[in-house]
Amino acid sequence: MARMADAIVAEGLVKRYGSVVALDGLDLVVPEGTVMGLLGPNGAGKTTTVRVLTTLLEHDEGKATVTGLDVVADAKELRRRIGLSGQYAAVDENLTGFENLDMVGRLYHLGKKRSRERARELLERFDLVEAGDRTVKTYSGGMRRRLDLAGALVAKPRVLFLDEPTTGLDPRSRLGMWDVIAELVAGGTTLLLTTQYLEEADRLADKIAVIDHGRVIALGTANELKDQVGGERLELTVGSAQDAATAKAALTPLAIAEIAVDERGHRLTVPVSGGAEVLVDGVRRLDAESVKVLDIGLRRPTLDDVFLTLTGHATGKTGTEDKQGEKGA
Amino acid sequence: MSAFTQALGDGVVVAKRNLIKIKRVPDLIVFSTLSPIMFVLLFAYVFGGSIDIPGMDYREFLMAGIFAQTVVFGSTITGSGLAEDMQKGVIDRFRSLPMARSAVLIGRTTSDLANNVIVILVMSLTGLIVGWRIHSSPLEALAGFALLLLFAYAVSWGMAIVGLMVRSPEVFNNASFIAIFPLTFIANTFVQESNLPGPLKAFAEWNPVSAVTAAARELFGNTNPMAPAADAWPLQHPVLMTLAWVVVFLLIFVPLAIRQYRKAVAR
Repeated sequence: MARMADAIVAEGLVKRYGSVVALDGLDLVVPEGTVMGLLGPNGAGKTTTVRVLTTLLEHDEGKATVTGLDVVADAKELRRRIGLSGQYAAVDENLTGFENLDMVGRLYHLGKKRSRERARELLERFDLVEAGDRTVKTYSGGMRRRLDLAGALVAKPRVLFLDEPTTGLDPRSRLGMWDVIAELVAGGTTLLLTTQYLEEADRLADKIAVIDHGRVIALGTANELKDQVGGERLELTVGSAQDAATAKAALTPLAIAEIAVDERGHRLTVPVSGGAEVLVDGVRRLDAESVKVLDIGLRRPTLDDVFLTLTGHATGKTGTEDKQGEKGA
Repeated sequence: MSAFTQALGDGVVVAKRNLIKIKRVPDLIVFSTLSPIMFVLLFAYVFGGSIDIPGMDYREFLMAGIFAQTVVFGSTITGSGLAEDMQKGVIDRFRSLPMARSAVLIGRTTSDLANNVIVILVMSLTGLIVGWRIHSSPLEALAGFALLLLFAYAVSWGMAIVGLMVRSPEVFNNASFIAIFPLTFIANTFVQESNLPGPLKAFAEWNPVSAVTAAARELFGNTNPMAPAADAWPLQHPVLMTLAWVVVFLLIFVPLAIRQYRKAVAR
């Protein structure tokens, strides 16, 4: 059973489209007031998960609750408590920013007066006051996304779902969007965020669920996931095979596992722990042995490494065929 | 608040949103009224000379048919509008809100009805200019317009089903044209059904568009005194038959459209 403190609980969700399995036993728990990042390539099942949890799509097997309400049996009551901002800005181009938000307020049954007040509040908060009375047609992509996000917040939802909130935005608008979302979650909203961008998950999410082929294949904080792949390592390049041998001997006391030397014998990878101090220590030892070092650095695994290790393929680079898959999913 | 009044209230909000579009994008209403004007002029002046309806002026005969064709075309806005909302993710947004499942459809069909009212007004003026006259009482004439609009409203629920099934408004438009042209031409709209060859005549007699056209002719007083009496029951009782079609359409289309809306997900 779901604990009260869990805003989202999904157990063994399965969703099939004909012979295509979009969700294949997905489990997910998001504690109240936290941000969960769903990270995965196109077609992994991210959007399908969001659609099931926001009552847009009925799953075939399993069970899911949001704020303790079942996504199928209590769908209507559930919709009062959630906000959704989808992959594309679902705003009406022919309405003004104000009219868009006012309409959403009316459809949440806030009443005429409250809907208007709330629309003005949100325009202010999302820096759209000046544009508020212009039709959305005149808005930039970033402004549309902000308006769409504002629409998801009209009823002050307890749980917010953002499906790839920055896909298709230019880098500057993306940074702006991140600031807005970061501010939002600082206020204690529970957020489920899907993204293909590792940097986005790293920056916004408390915990990251890596999903692939409709299942969660890894779960943890960004740091925990990085640790799963392996800790820090010292990487250095030397000029000759002889130097490499000397360097290997000199650095062995620092290594926490076996030192790897590449085929040409010029490049060493030394698994270490201890951060920058180890780097300084290593440089001193190499200097004492007069090893000529061409390049040296301390490397931590990135989420890219995590992803590659876990799924066997890199993120976002799965080609156009998978894009079709995600569209269907 | 009961579920019904809530659905109506939500429907009003959605209808208002659709009507704002007519105001903001006036090209839409301009072109949807220009094409019927063009049809009136084309048929009145190009075909009018060649199609002989013994006993009455062709323009008097023509108008009810053009009205019927135009309101049926007007009802396709329901489908293309919904297809566009699907494509843009607006339906997803609506479906994630705690609103009545029927509200988007009620709002859509209602605003398209309003659109049809405007179109009918413009067409009536055009008709009067080219020589069409109403020969019945104002009350009967009003009933004629009401029947045309009611018929189009019922048809628009059918358009809604298709609009929610296809992937884009373009696909919808192409698909609906294929269905609407035969339906509005193999009928008594522009020629007398009695002149059609066997199978086409049978189709025309039972075609709902023929019923509403005949009903409008009767209520506007545009019937041909010299025309042979209709062979088929539907055209002998066109008003009753039109009302029957409206009821049948609504009974079938409304639940199917709501069902389609419940599972409609943007692709």
